Amino acid sequence: MTELTSLTLAEARDRLRNKDITAVELASAHVDAVAKARALNAFVLETPEQALAMAKASDARIAKGEAGPLEGIPLAIKDLFATQGVRTTACSKILGDFVPAYESTVSSQLWRDGAVLLGKTNNDEFAMGSSNETSHFGAVQSPWRREGSNTPLVPGGSSGGSAAAVAAQLCLGATATDTGGSIRQPAAFTGTVGIKPTYGRCSRWGIVAFASSLDQAGPITKTVRDAAIMLRSMAGPDAKDTTCADLPVPDYEASVGKSVKGLRIGIPKEYRLDGMPSEIEKMWTQGCEWLKAAGAELVDVSLPHTKYALPAYYIVAPAEASSNLARYDGVRYGLRVPGRDITDMYEKTRAEGFGAEVRRRVMIGTYVLSAGYYDAYYLRAQKVRTLIKRDFEQCFAAGVHAMLTPATPSASFGVGEKGGSDPVEMYLNDVFTVTVNMAGLPGIAVPAGTDAQGLPLGLQLIGRPFDEETLFALGSAIEREAGHFVARPWW
Amino acid sequence: MSVDAQTVRRIARLARIAVAEDEVEHLQGELNAMLAFVEQLSEVNVDGVEPMTSVTPMAMKMRADEVTDGGKAEAVLGNAPQSDDGYYMVPKVIE
Repeated sequence: MTELTSLTLAEARDRLRNKDITAVELASAHVDAVAKARALNAFVLETPEQALAMAKASDARIAKGEAGPLEGIPLAIKDLFATQGVRTTACSKILGDFVPAYESTVSSQLWRDGAVLLGKTNNDEFAMGSSNETSHFGAVQSPWRREGSNTPLVPGGSSGGSAAAVAAQLCLGATATDTGGSIRQPAAFTGTVGIKPTYGRCSRWGIVAFASSLDQAGPITKTVRDAAIMLRSMAGPDAKDTTCADLPVPDYEASVGKSVKGLRIGIPKEYRLDGMPSEIEKMWTQGCEWLKAAGAELVDVSLPHTKYALPAYYIVAPAEASSNLARYDGVRYGLRVPGRDITDMYEKTRAEGFGAEVRRRVMIGTYVLSAGYYDAYYLRAQKVRTLIKRDFEQCFAAGVHAMLTPATPSASFGVGEKGGSDPVEMYLNDVFTVTVNMAGLPGIAVPAGTDAQGLPLGLQLIGRPFDEETLFALGSAIEREAGHFVARPWW
Repeated sequence: MSVDAQTVRRIARLARIAVAEDEVEHLQGELNAMLAFVEQLSEVNVDGVEPMTSVTPMAMKMRADEVTDGGKAEAVLGNAPQSDDGYYMVPKVIE
């Protein structure tokens, strides 16, 4: 029998339904794998008892013929999702031992469909980072290492724990969130699949807010099919989030493996950067050839405002963050540091509770929203955002169904290697993904190859609003050619 | 545009984050690196461009103005660093 942890989500689902395996067996195998992989620091909280209890309930439902779409599937939840009765910290010291009295909509839908909670995964503090190094719980180590090297590498971020947990086969899928690339960049770094759906596809209710006009939840999984299965459960209307779209959720899995013949795929010239590693360039060309061979039509397109997406993001996102994070004041939950008076208490609590990156972004956000600077920075950035979105709209109006780009400008890098003196160096990781958030579009990262040192590289597909189905069809076409990428365990 | 040490102290105050005097210079450098990075936006022609307010076209959802939840004071206060008799406790605000 294959090891239960090496199954895909779809395979495990089918074997559970056929009663070849039990949910308790499946959960136990993953609970053991999680406990043996603590060197990765992918989990900030393990919930083995809860996992086994949920699995037992799943077995009972399967026996009664009442299995949900995710019945008995062990999942990991990013620590940004509120989980009722289970500590949720956003990996920040300021939330301390916060235990939510409520469940996020997205995770509640996973439990509704029968999934099993393995634990909470590590992330950059408040999802602010691209390497998972800003977490209060410390950095996550990627399950991947360069050939012949022991240098610890980052899994990407901010959903680094989720990506590492999936890549190391500790769970069959994990929730993640993406504000500027936080699902797709770690997926690309770890050889996993990650989709950020259209803004409004998943409810944001119960997810710790970073930048509300950009944040979206999505899954990180081993395969494109698994992502389709998981997203179907995560997505859907929610009266508790006014920005959540009132649109029915399609059966995304039906799009996996569907013909891509006749689809027009835009290749945006602005994504060809100076000094980009030749392997990225090569993988991109390879991806184009795969899609062409599958019957898609490639067209050169231009998205002229691409280079302004990242600077505009670093105004809009910190501005929204400074507002969202105002709630952490030491009064209602989390850390409180006593002070002379209430203002002193606020200031000391926030100085001690926020890490360096969060403090930096809250301060920049405060500055760009402050009197006299609002028009020059924030208003201008929101106008640039309109232009970025317009670039995409014009291409889609001209008949382009989706775009193909690299997911990241490089493979994974070493822990502690980037962003030490200049924060902008780290920000550049998101140069290909951030445009998608700015325009509210869906984007999927699919593993497509490796670099010379054996590290995974990913391609990104960008779709029309609410057309995740085309991304699953195209993503599976790439996956079929590229195959799967599994890290060799060292932990 | 760039910020001076005095502005860094003012932003810190507005953001309610205590900044020690020996951190100001370092923070000033970091904030100026970010401001230098976003400076390139000034070369974009935004004349007549509407600022984005909603990334997907959607009408604000309305619901009936009625109580749908409540009566959970204990759960609400459950994570408070300090609470007493159904209230959050904070340092004295009014002398």
